Amino acid sequence: MTVGLYRAGDTVLHRLPVGVKLFGLAVLSVAIVAVRGPLLAAGFLALAVALALIGRLDLPSTARALRAVLVIAFVVALLQWWLFTFDRAVESLLDLVSLALLALTLTVTTPTTETLDAVVRWIRPLQRFGLDPERVALTIAMAIQALPGTLALAQETRDAARARGLGRSPRAYLTPFVIRVVARAHETGDALKARGLGD
Amino acid sequence: MPELRFEAAEVRVESPDLDGERTILGATTLTLTEQRIGIIGSNGSGKSTLARMINGLITPTSGRVNVDGLDVARRGAEVRRRVGFTFTDPAAQLVMPTCVEDVELSLRRTVKDRVRRKQVALETLARFGLAERAEVSVHALSGGQRQLLALAGVLATEPDVLVTDEPTTLLDLRNTRMVGELLFSLPQQLVLVTHDLDLVRRCDRVLVVEDGQVCYDGEADAAVEHYVRTVSEP
Repeated sequence: MTVGLYRAGDTVLHRLPVGVKLFGLAVLSVAIVAVRGPLLAAGFLALAVALALIGRLDLPSTARALRAVLVIAFVVALLQWWLFTFDRAVESLLDLVSLALLALTLTVTTPTTETLDAVVRWIRPLQRFGLDPERVALTIAMAIQALPGTLALAQETRDAARARGLGRSPRAYLTPFVIRVVARAHETGDALKARGLGD
Repeated sequence: MPELRFEAAEVRVESPDLDGERTILGATTLTLTEQRIGIIGSNGSGKSTLARMINGLITPTSGRVNVDGLDVARRGAEVRRRVGFTFTDPAAQLVMPTCVEDVELSLRRTVKDRVRRKQVALETLARFGLAERAEVSVHALSGGQRQLLALAGVLATEPDVLVTDEPTTLLDLRNTRMVGELLFSLPQQLVLVTHDLDLVRRCDRVLVVEDGQVCYDGEADAAVEHYVRTVSEP
């Protein structure tokens, strides 16, 4: 499973309108961040897991998709423990995993095109102020899609550095990685223009 | 077939190394009306620049490029609706998570109804032999399938002209043949930039570009012979 990749299905979550799902994600995200305490954070995680089960997310691929988030969440938790308290660290860890799992559940149960259509519908009234709904929707879709693409570039660049015996050199990895990401952004811009999507 | 007209079209870029400007493509005057047009030449010779001007991705520094009378510099959006373009590396061109969604993206402007749009996208994928990969991640496709998907995304909108820049360079023999067969079965006008001399021999007219100039323009076999002779010279 890749972040942003829809998987066809007929669960309740698949059938829910995209607006309801996005609104629910927004409400839950605010609640997760605003409500304090490790017990409540565990409750939110249980809810996120329940929603993932309802959406029939595949366990091994979900774990793979959340691996990077888990690493960051552990680092943040350790920092919180060092700076504040153990409870705060546990809460941060659970909150971050819950947020990531909820976002993943949304993308797995909602086709990106459906999200695009909804965004276009919602911001169409702002067209009179010069906002182009199609362009905004395309930007959102590209932000979602950029994640797996950038991760693939990171992996290729790391492999290239290793192949040259420079696996431990941050400069041998980071410099070409940044250059490749910028180059890919240019190429994608050209491709969008060529497809008439920026006109 | 549409008329692709270059009128003394020239592309120059600022070059800090040369402390001035560098000519990428010298003044080029051509009228292309054949159905299958090939462009060959060495790396960095200016052939991709020539091709990109047809779609308005690059506009001439001086002179003009017209597609059926439409100036690409002034009416780029209209030109791009008529001229599709695919790149060597399709990964940069595929911007949606799944195959069907990427083709749907191309259709957003022309097919407003969501259900109909998906149906057209699925039909397009079926034409390109990708029906069973419709819901698959674009990252999970083979090189050949990605190139086919890039072509499907562009051809879904039924452009009059397809410009394709080295579509087989990253492909193995089997996929090269598959993409080649597809390209030469299209009803559209085809502008093919390639290093594949077997493929280009199937074109009606071939341009050889070297050092920023069209140095040969003619029938395919003679053009390939000219190109091979040119690169063989010491």
